[in-house]
Amino acid sequence: MWRYFPLLPTSKTVLLNSCSPQEVYTIMNDTVISTEQLTRTFGAFTAVDHISFDVKKGEIFGFLGANGAGKTTALRMLTGLLQPSSGKVAVAGIDVARYPEKVKSRIGYMSQKFSLYPDLTIRENIRLYGGIYGLTRSDIRSKTEALLDQLELREQADQVVGDLPLGWKQKLAFSVALIHEPEVVFLDEPTSGVDPLTRRQFWDLIYAAAHRGTTLMVTTHYMEEAEYCNRVSIMVDGKIKALDTPRRMKDTLHAENMDEVFRKLARE
Amino acid sequence: MRCSENWPGNEKDLNGRTAHITAYFTAHFTAHHTAHKMNRFAAFIKKEFRHILRDRRTLLILFGMPVVQVLLFGFVLTNEIKDAAIAVLDPSHDAQSIALTNKMVSSGYFKIEQYLNTPAELEQAFKEGSIKLALVFPNDFGHSLAHNNKASLQIIGDASDPNTATTLINYAQAIIGDYQATYNRASIPISIGAETHMRYNPEQKAVFNFVPGVMTLILMLVSAMMTSITLAREKELGTMEVLLVSPLQPIQIILGKTTPYLVLSFLNAVLVVILGIFIFGMPMRGSLLLLGAECFLYMFVSLALGIFISTRTKDQMSAMFFSALGLMMPTMLLSGFIFPRESMPWILQKIGMAIPATWFNPIIKGIMIKGVGLETLGVQTAVLGGMAIFFIAISLRSFKDRLE
Repeated sequence: MWRYFPLLPTSKTVLLNSCSPQEVYTIMNDTVISTEQLTRTFGAFTAVDHISFDVKKGEIFGFLGANGAGKTTALRMLTGLLQPSSGKVAVAGIDVARYPEKVKSRIGYMSQKFSLYPDLTIRENIRLYGGIYGLTRSDIRSKTEALLDQLELREQADQVVGDLPLGWKQKLAFSVALIHEPEVVFLDEPTSGVDPLTRRQFWDLIYAAAHRGTTLMVTTHYMEEAEYCNRVSIMVDGKIKALDTPRRMKDTLHAENMDEVFRKLARE
Repeated sequence: MRCSENWPGNEKDLNGRTAHITAYFTAHFTAHHTAHKMNRFAAFIKKEFRHILRDRRTLLILFGMPVVQVLLFGFVLTNEIKDAAIAVLDPSHDAQSIALTNKMVSSGYFKIEQYLNTPAELEQAFKEGSIKLALVFPNDFGHSLAHNNKASLQIIGDASDPNTATTLINYAQAIIGDYQATYNRASIPISIGAETHMRYNPEQKAVFNFVPGVMTLILMLVSAMMTSITLAREKELGTMEVLLVSPLQPIQIILGKTTPYLVLSFLNAVLVVILGIFIFGMPMRGSLLLLGAECFLYMFVSLALGIFISTRTKDQMSAMFFSALGLMMPTMLLSGFIFPRESMPWILQKIGMAIPATWFNPIIKGIMIKGVGLETLGVQTAVLGGMAIFFIAISLRSFKDRLE
């Protein structure tokens, strides 16, 4: 069962001290994403300022913050695109700063632009990403069929993706990001521009993936979506201002909803 | 169900779905990876070819453009003048002057607009612009040739259009020289006017200049412009991010994006050469193999420039704009393709030297028309090679920098 750790202010020591030795062991074993004093500077500007957090296997971790708060920079360091200036970052048991190439086959990524090619058909898009992630032909074939059934897109399988409604594209992009069964999936504002109903359906898929043990890190600026996450971190000016379950965060700050939490934290 | 805490209501639906999807994943996503793995790179290249073949506009640019350009430059925009209107003032009107006039007409370059009777009419004809050139024979043209073995005549051009005038006067002089030569063989030597001689391209066929020119332009267009656009497109779509996060190496991404264009560029070069040879009668005196190799060298330079532009631009539009302005225009205007480099101001000549086409153009001409090999084209080849290394290095560096 889950245990959430109040992490205000965040620091690894606090985290470890707050649980029994047995629990520490479990956490260490289950930790899929771990950062320690992770920092990135661009000249005199510190984009990410000593952030530390751990994400456990199967957790849905919300990564919130205003534009320019450092979310994207942090995400780029987590995915191996950007070298940290200092600090440690491990994803799926791999030191990302040292082996950025190694981590890539273990993670999935979906950007807000859906990362599909509009001029290729659904089938071709699935095949392409299967190929890029080094799946076998037979795996690609069986996964394509399974995906088409699951997403109920069989009739559209040979249509170009550009003609699909936004919501379908988004669900397809998510499924494609999972095609190589990554341990961690990073979703960068996956639901922006999508209507609430479709957004809700999309979260069904996210829950299903988490249920299978995939760890998901989601950035979003829809505050009601933050409530769907198991835990949420809120970044302000490169620092993690708060990190907790949405419920506790609301309790601590006496806020009605996450929107209020966010506004209260940003005002400080 | 741990999600129930955060998921407001609708639990049944969620659970039902979860169960269904879980079953599907156990069935399909745990299959053993036994069969041979599909090559990542191959999958990626295949996709790039799909983009190209599926987009009619791209295809049109790729294969319509070279054909249209060669035909356009070859037939329409040629600086070769045919059937130019001329006037003849021939008071002598003897066998010699008539024979020479006929030779001028039969060359195909001139047609006689009018026969003049007085110099005043000549003035009038030029003012009206009805003629481009006038031939003025003296009173005793034939007589003088027969008795003094020499004669002179005037060729008057309309220099309000200096390029045409110069060209026409050159044509006329060449024809007179030719006439003189045939006449000499028949009898005692005579001399008329000046002698001109054009090497390699005695008929001064403009195509000999345009085919190599179009080749430099097309290869630059396909290799540089299309590459910069296709890379910018990935950025615009957001797929570049996904590719970079994928196990594909950055170098594989670049090679995967550029290889199809390299292949297509080469096909284009072949197409232009075939058109030049079979439609316009270009010679192919040198080594085809060398020509192919030099084409590849030039294409590498262009590709590198395309990659460089794409790293500095955000979307397809600006990539297109910068390649058109920064690459196509200079290639067309400063490389000596349309305007002779010799007549350019010093500064433009120097700028022209930084343009790959300036070095590639003489290579094509040298191989095709003069039939020379590396021994004479060493400098140009070395410069292109240097440019290739330099631009590949900075474009890869720029690509890496932009990732950071």
